[in-house]
Amino acid sequence: MADQSLPISGPLTEAYPTRGTFLEWLHSWVVTVDHKKLGILYIVYAVFFLLVAGAEAMAMRIQLAVPNNHFLSPELFNEFFTMHGTTMVFLVGMTIIFGIGNYLVPLMIGARDMAFPRLNAFSFWLSAFGGLLLYFSFVGGFGLYGMGSAPDVTWWAYAPLTAKAFTPGHNTDYWALSLIVMGFGTLGAAINTLATAFSMRCRGMTLLRMPLFVWLMIVTSALTLITITPLTAAQVMLIIDRYLGGHFFDAQAGGAPIVWMHFFWVFGHPEVYVLILPAFGIASEVIPVFSRKAIFGYPAMVAASVGIAFVSTTVWAHHMFTVGMTSVGNTFFVLSTMMVGIPTGIKIFNWIATMWGGKIRFATPMLFCTAFLFQFLCAGLTGIMLSIAPWDWQLHNSYFVIAHFHYTLTGSFLFCMFAAFYYWYPKVTGRMLSEKLGKWHFWLFFLGFHLTFDTMHFVGILGMPRSIYTYEADRGWNTLNFWISMGGFVQAIAILIFAWNMIDSYRRGKEAGNDPWDAWTLEWSTPSPPPAYNFAEDPVVRSRRPLWDIKHPNDPDWKYER
Amino acid sequence: MSTLPTFADETVRMPSRGTVAMVCLIVAESAIFTIFVVAYVYYIGRSTYGPTPQILNVPIFNTICLLSSSLTIVAAEHAIKHGHMRRFAALWALTMALGIEFLVGTGIEWRKMIFEDHLTIRTNLFGTTFYSLVGLHASHVIVGLLMLSLVMIFTLLGYVEQSHAERIQVLALYWHFVDAVWVVVFTVVYIVGR
Repeated sequence: MADQSLPISGPLTEAYPTRGTFLEWLHSWVVTVDHKKLGILYIVYAVFFLLVAGAEAMAMRIQLAVPNNHFLSPELFNEFFTMHGTTMVFLVGMTIIFGIGNYLVPLMIGARDMAFPRLNAFSFWLSAFGGLLLYFSFVGGFGLYGMGSAPDVTWWAYAPLTAKAFTPGHNTDYWALSLIVMGFGTLGAAINTLATAFSMRCRGMTLLRMPLFVWLMIVTSALTLITITPLTAAQVMLIIDRYLGGHFFDAQAGGAPIVWMHFFWVFGHPEVYVLILPAFGIASEVIPVFSRKAIFGYPAMVAASVGIAFVSTTVWAHHMFTVGMTSVGNTFFVLSTMMVGIPTGIKIFNWIATMWGGKIRFATPMLFCTAFLFQFLCAGLTGIMLSIAPWDWQLHNSYFVIAHFHYTLTGSFLFCMFAAFYYWYPKVTGRMLSEKLGKWHFWLFFLGFHLTFDTMHFVGILGMPRSIYTYEADRGWNTLNFWISMGGFVQAIAILIFAWNMIDSYRRGKEAGNDPWDAWTLEWSTPSPPPAYNFAEDPVVRSRRPLWDIKHPNDPDWKYER
Repeated sequence: MSTLPTFADETVRMPSRGTVAMVCLIVAESAIFTIFVVAYVYYIGRSTYGPTPQILNVPIFNTICLLSSSLTIVAAEHAIKHGHMRRFAALWALTMALGIEFLVGTGIEWRKMIFEDHLTIRTNLFGTTFYSLVGLHASHVIVGLLMLSLVMIFTLLGYVEQSHAERIQVLALYWHFVDAVWVVVFTVVYIVGR
């Protein structure tokens, strides 16, 4: 259906005024409190650090491609895997979900802006400066060797390695301080998202008519409130230990390093759900639109999301089976971890049921979401395997664990983020991303992903431990490691195609119009890009698919939903 | 659009954004306090040397002051809701005075512990956990007092009106939280841990 025929109020012209001088343009971005511009800032920032952390991963893969390699020194390798993990989780993952959420939540619920626009800007700049502080450590953090050095204590930073005696210099302080700063930025964004979704909805937008993406952002933000704060608290303790001579994690004074492990994973495990839940939200928006069917089991999807959030707060110690807990503790965390499979299983079945019998269009966003379904299932299955304590005793700290969590974070989270880019880029910029380059991006990334991370499972089962900078040639890992690195290169090429597509389509892409995908949620009823005020008239919503109702006045959803 | 029927549930009353945000902040802060309280409880009696919690004196007067400040702030909320601005200013000042008394009392307690009992944050594990947990709470009292004094200044300058009652309630929520946390900290530090 041609979008111009929709009864849409408001002008269809370019949303932002024509640009003045460069300084005026820069100034408008620095002082902005508009949720759309801040969302774009978050996303650009995240994509930049995705490239940086990806380059770190590539350097590590070059080092590990052949045995006894000397591409990276052991010290630099430690810094790179610490920074790769920290950057990907905090600077890429957290910023990209709150960027996409920032852009879409007010548009999807028919609001003018976020609940607190200035808090929104403050949160972004806190996160941004936190990231810069972390990377300044490469030149500013005086490490063991009297030269600039980045944090090198792994991204989970177990005590007592982080004690002043074992990690002199300031690189661990950069790690802790920048994450505290970013933590407050994330907290502000989460509070803002919750206040927006609960208090700023347009007329008729009841809680159970909200798009699933908004629901998932609510669940993720609520989980953020109780997830990022334990990390902040633990890092304050670490700073007290390092600067004020405290004894929280000092075994000689009676402190216990295991307490750090608990505090870190109380943050660390729900954190992966904080990242993956918005990805579920994106899949729940993309799959129905490209299957031409309403989402199957909407209330079950909402309930399952809330259920995942609750269960995810009780599973943290499955990261700690090998430290020696009681058998009661082990059993509890085995069972609670397996419980996560129930609500996630409900979601996978609902997505498949949505596609079942649908008129599926395999445009690039749908390709990424379909691959996500398959890969997320595999990631869940290896997760169930690792949740079994005796299995975990064998494979903990091996590449099997690395393969498992990259299946969730790359194969599931990142695939959904790419789907989101291809799906909402036309809304944000007014131009379509090139489908041809998109298909190249998808198939190369898909190929490279499986080459790298499928193989990693095997090298893990063969006994290769994580976080080693090199290995002997007689271990039988050589061929597999070579192919893992080759897969990394294929992924890097795909990411470069994606980056080029983002830049090139901005200048030369096809005009998108308001609603290029024939979608059903409110953001597609405004011009692309949306004007600063979002909606010329406050929208009124009568069902979960307001645009369907407008496009099909003879067969609206509200007849069936009530 | 006007041809479509309207339904009763289209005008759902939504909570105010300030209240939602403050409740969220309180949930997040509670998680921070939970971590510090868990650390304190886990480390009770594990200090290998130095002073023990026996040196603590139970700050009963302080506690009464802080908890009663929750009552005075409720009365202040009530006063501004009904437009009694002079009574509001008086009750607000009383709330602040009770909060300041709590801080002064904590200061006297810490002075005794530091100079007579020779316990600092670096002395032993008990010192580390005690000063960080009680200090975390005291820093929240300070932040609360800063916000209360902002309102006080604006009240004295005549900018605060009856229409601000809802914002005052949001701020009061934070003050209630600070008081409620003290009940937990007091129980853990001065009753369970002593």
